Amino acid sequence: MTLSLAHFLALGAILFTLSVVGIFLNRRNIIVMLMSIELMLLAVNMNFIAFSHFLGDAAGQIFVFFIMTVAAAESAIGLAILVVLFRKLDTVDAQELDSLKG
Amino acid sequence: MKTAYLLAAFAPLIGSIVAGLFGRQVGRAGAHWVTIAGVAISFAASLWTLFDVLGGNTFEGALYTWSVLNDLTIEVGFLIDPLTATMMCVVTSVSLMVHIYTIGYMADDPGYQRFFSYISLFTFSMMMLVMANNFMQLFFGWEAVGLVSYLLIGFWYTRPTAIYANLKAFLVNRVGDFGFVLGIGLVVAYFGSLDYGEVFAAAPELADEQLGLWGSTQWSLLTVTCICLFIGAMGKSAQFPLHVWLPDSMEGPTPISALIHAATMVTAGIFMVARMSPLFELSETALSFIMVIGAITALFMGFLGIVQNDIKRVVAYSTLSQLGYMTVALAASAYSVAIFHLMTHAFFKALLFLGAGSVIIGMHHDQDMRNMGGLRRFMPVTWITFLIGSLALIGTPFFSGFYSKDMIIEAVRYSEIPGAGFGYFAVLAGVFVTALYTFRMYFMVFHGESRWGRAQHDHDHDHDASHDDAGHHGLGPNDKPHESPRVVTVPLVLLAIASVVSGAIAIGPMLFGDFFANSIVVAESHGAMATLAEHWHGWVDLGMHALKTWPFWLALAGVVTAWFLYIAQPGIPASIASAFAPVYRLLDNKYYLDRLNEILFAGGARLLGRGLWRGGDQTIIDGLIVNGSARLTGWFSGVLRLAQTGHLNTYAITMIIGVALLMLFVILPLL
Repeated sequence: MTLSLAHFLALGAILFTLSVVGIFLNRRNIIVMLMSIELMLLAVNMNFIAFSHFLGDAAGQIFVFFIMTVAAAESAIGLAILVVLFRKLDTVDAQELDSLKG
Repeated sequence: MKTAYLLAAFAPLIGSIVAGLFGRQVGRAGAHWVTIAGVAISFAASLWTLFDVLGGNTFEGALYTWSVLNDLTIEVGFLIDPLTATMMCVVTSVSLMVHIYTIGYMADDPGYQRFFSYISLFTFSMMMLVMANNFMQLFFGWEAVGLVSYLLIGFWYTRPTAIYANLKAFLVNRVGDFGFVLGIGLVVAYFGSLDYGEVFAAAPELADEQLGLWGSTQWSLLTVTCICLFIGAMGKSAQFPLHVWLPDSMEGPTPISALIHAATMVTAGIFMVARMSPLFELSETALSFIMVIGAITALFMGFLGIVQNDIKRVVAYSTLSQLGYMTVALAASAYSVAIFHLMTHAFFKALLFLGAGSVIIGMHHDQDMRNMGGLRRFMPVTWITFLIGSLALIGTPFFSGFYSKDMIIEAVRYSEIPGAGFGYFAVLAGVFVTALYTFRMYFMVFHGESRWGRAQHDHDHDHDASHDDAGHHGLGPNDKPHESPRVVTVPLVLLAIASVVSGAIAIGPMLFGDFFANSIVVAESHGAMATLAEHWHGWVDLGMHALKTWPFWLALAGVVTAWFLYIAQPGIPASIASAFAPVYRLLDNKYYLDRLNEILFAGGARLLGRGLWRGGDQTIIDGLIVNGSARLTGWFSGVLRLAQTGHLNTYAITMIIGVALLMLFVILPLL
């Protein structure tokens, strides 16, 4: 059996669903939340690469590079914020970080 | 020619600006020199104008266009005719005397420069008023006069009574001005012009115009206009019931009392009606209204003068009464007589006021006549001039007041408008009253025993409040009254001369010549002046004839009564007062008009204010609009903040749900 486009798209969808479920289920740990977001981006990347390969268009792969760059920057900043947050509040528990409560 | 007019109007303004804004730099002497120079120039220019006008040179035209609104042009312009020229001379001559006199009267006052600035500004305002050729400029002068009178009555602004008096004057004048503005508004609406000439020319055509004010009642346009304008004159010229401010204006320094009462301000209303004679002549109803108001003022304000003890207040009530005479003359269509009386009155009333001021200086700022008496030995010049002023006021034959007052009485007698009978009775009875209060004052001040230096009388009513502006009050037991300095007595002498001769000189040309022929219009049907002219045989004849007429004997009776009550039998007045206690109380409380105003109008205004404050301000504005909108916002945001939990996952989940919904919207149509 050869791998068809549908397989790749299914994998992407599974990854995406996993990450969404991760955000839904995980209510406390911000690091897990960041990881879920990374996973979400990877799912999107998977779709891009699959389409790029099967349609023979390189533009999709270039997009992926951009997304990965942005994702790296994003997680770096996110982690840096977390470090500062931890130094200040001694916690990274999302339930306790509710200063923005209206 | 124009230069003279400009100088006459604006020289006092320049003096006022210099003294007012640069008072510190020019100093006290500088302030009085510059303002006196300004008024002297104005007086010289006015005299020149008068002679020029006598030669037949009148002027009517605009100097400057202030603004143009569609068809309505608002201009600054002069109308120079005999009426204006007469007023200019009266205003500037009295003002000049007052300026000179002020040097002596205000010598110790710290507000010296300010005072000179104000009185010059007063003169300027009055000149703009009398020289106007349109209603807007008239209104400008009118309001400016009101403003400066406010400043001057409250000149001693640290005294609560002065502040009360100037506020009262201002408010009462606002009531009159409201009518005046309505009158001008009607003129603009129906005549479409502010210019005197155009309005007067169009007036006969609009004589039958009707005006629906409310319901289906129709009012004659000119009657309504004239009554509105006259309400303005009632405020300025202090006619009943808007007279209440004038006695209180005595709170100001004496020189301005003279200025307000003689030359400026109160004469504005009389002048205005005379100037508007082409309008007033067309409305019989308005003239009757004026007649009744004037007659009430002439007689009943005179009564009040009898019970006053403050020397300035007696003169003030006398002014009210004399203004009533002028108003009655206006109503009898004897406009020229009104102006004539205005002129003679300006001289002798200024004389009486400045004389009273001189007495007050001599008494060290004590104004209570009960503390005076026998002053003639100490103040001979003041005594003689004051006597001349009194004789002129009561209408002694050959004095100026005689000619003008007698002519008013005769004119009313021949007048045929409704109300003239009452007017005739009032002015005739007024002669006796005038003589009584004038000579009561004269005898109390200059004759009889000397009463100064004793313990002060208890002040039995509030308006006798002390006048210790210069830091002292009345004479001590060892002090003697002293004659005033020459800057005070010289104006007195000059005014005394004018009070004697101005009547005899002016009566012929002013009343029976064609001096006012082009300024004043008298309808054919109002024949009082024409009848008077038939009986006119020269001023000597009139003076001799007076011995056979009622007014002379009434005046004599008044003098004799005053002599009997206050010199021969000084105990009688008190027993009369106690015998007729209710009448005395009524007069002493000025017919309770002040009380009525206090309760009805001031109280009503306060009640209205409180209602608006509670209902309008606190409930609607504060409660409903301001706090209500805040409360609404607060409630709305209270609902919205429920969504802001502050938890990261809530936001994340919301975002995901949002994205899902958006995708649903995109995808659903494709399926």
